[in-house]
Amino acid sequence: MQIYLPIADLPVNVFLVLGMGLAVGYISGMFGIGGGFLMTPLLIFIGISPAVAVATVSSHIAASSFTGAISYWRKRALDIALAMMLLSAGIVGTATGVWLFTELRSLDQLDLMIGLSYVTLLTVVGAMMIYESVRAIIRTRHGMPATLRRPGSHTWLHGLPFKLRFKRSKIYVSAIPVWAIGFVIGFVGAIMGIGGGFLLVPMLIYFLRVPTATVIGTSMVLTLVTMASATVMHAATNHLVDAVLALILMVGGVIGAQFGARTGQKMRGERLRLLLGLLVFAVGCRFAYALVVRPDDLYSLRYVAGG
Amino acid sequence: MRRSLISFAFVVMAFGAEPAVAERLVVSLSNHRVAVTSNFVGEDLVLFGTIEPEPAGSALRPPYDLVVTVTGPRQTLRTRRKQRMLGIWVNADSREFVRAPSYLAILSNRPVNNIANQDTLRRLQIGLDNFLLPQRIGPDLADTVRDEPFRRAFVRLQTQQGLYRESGTAVTFLTPTVFRAAIPMPAAVPTGTYNIDVGLFAGGALVARTNSALEVIKTGFEQYVADAARDHGLLYGMATALMALVIGWFASVIFARD
Repeated sequence: MQIYLPIADLPVNVFLVLGMGLAVGYISGMFGIGGGFLMTPLLIFIGISPAVAVATVSSHIAASSFTGAISYWRKRALDIALAMMLLSAGIVGTATGVWLFTELRSLDQLDLMIGLSYVTLLTVVGAMMIYESVRAIIRTRHGMPATLRRPGSHTWLHGLPFKLRFKRSKIYVSAIPVWAIGFVIGFVGAIMGIGGGFLLVPMLIYFLRVPTATVIGTSMVLTLVTMASATVMHAATNHLVDAVLALILMVGGVIGAQFGARTGQKMRGERLRLLLGLLVFAVGCRFAYALVVRPDDLYSLRYVAGG
Repeated sequence: MRRSLISFAFVVMAFGAEPAVAERLVVSLSNHRVAVTSNFVGEDLVLFGTIEPEPAGSALRPPYDLVVTVTGPRQTLRTRRKQRMLGIWVNADSREFVRAPSYLAILSNRPVNNIANQDTLRRLQIGLDNFLLPQRIGPDLADTVRDEPFRRAFVRLQTQQGLYRESGTAVTFLTPTVFRAAIPMPAAVPTGTYNIDVGLFAGGALVARTNSALEVIKTGFEQYVADAARDHGLLYGMATALMALVIGWFASVIFARD
């Protein structure tokens, strides 16, 4: 069944888009990520312009992460205090990112910068996650505890001042790394057009030692707020949010996220991290491939102006 | 455009001088309005027409050839070419095609190259190779030779999208003086006003010309959404974000039951 998208200006198959929403929603619910880094390339692949794809995906992620956040809230598996702390720095990061985005655009190499940051970030983060989780799995096989440093054990980050206690996560850390992480997520999200959940989750686990139980729910709250505001900003400034496309994606996404969240909670933390690491790494490699291999068509068109 | 008008004027004057032999084109379009609705997957329009003697009773001189050129609303597009730099492919060179038609169909009863000679085709901008596609070159606007790589890539990419086409079979003569032309409108057709230019050829020269127009518009819900997004961006964005929250909440309520 074909439906015409009013902003993207082209017809798409409803079931195809719904299926994409379901699949990405499932993954996002399972890992507690927004899934923007998967959905945006998928939409571009079916012919939607990158600008409309990025803008519309933000609303889809908002819906997915809201339903995810609610289900984690019911299970008391999110830390509102920590999420608010991250958000306060995240907003500053987003503003800085938008500023740099505009600067890069005027230099006409924004596409390349986005491609390179995807490759670097996804392959590095993916590889790190794979390495860490494989080690954890091997340790468990040998009958040792999965993590050497359990939550609460000290790193140099815990020596920093301005300490705060986050009761739900059972951590007592300095506000400095929390703000730094929030800033980085906001910044990277604005530059790359992603929610940043796949970065936030490992950062919270590795740097702040947030227990796996609360990390996904907390990440979802942050994603929800940044993506909902991104939707409003994209719509107000660029008029690129396609509500019809968003609606189809959302319906698929929220349903997928429900099932994904259940699967995710049944899985062991390190297995989950290994899977996510593999996924992130694979997408990074796909971007690297696109940059390195000679494209089928060296030429491409870009819309400049009407009239 | 102006050049072709001048040449058209010359042609008209030249044939005006010849007594008692002239043709007039009468055309009609099956539909002057293409409505893009939620289930729009493209549409074929039909142009019908006859060749009338002018003044009435004067002699006709078949066989005729007919070329229909349909141009969509103008837009400026940049054609970019990738180049290998430090091992990765990046957009290096680009050319801006200024006010190029967003849709361009050249439909005729046989390949345009068989209808008239190169000079005539070039002068009248008939055929994808001969249509003026001005590029911004420094401070100037100019069309390049038709084999220039950027121009070729531009036409090829637009053709792949179904937006540009040249067909030597789209016009059919039902009798020597009655014809029909099929104008295909692809699903991704841009909205706006389309010009239809119909040129009649006899013996390799343009003998009559007429034009028509059609409009591609969004209607109903699609138009409403597009208008809202353009005119009330902030409200539209907040409504979309709210929709996201409602759907997210709704899903969690439904799934919490089982």
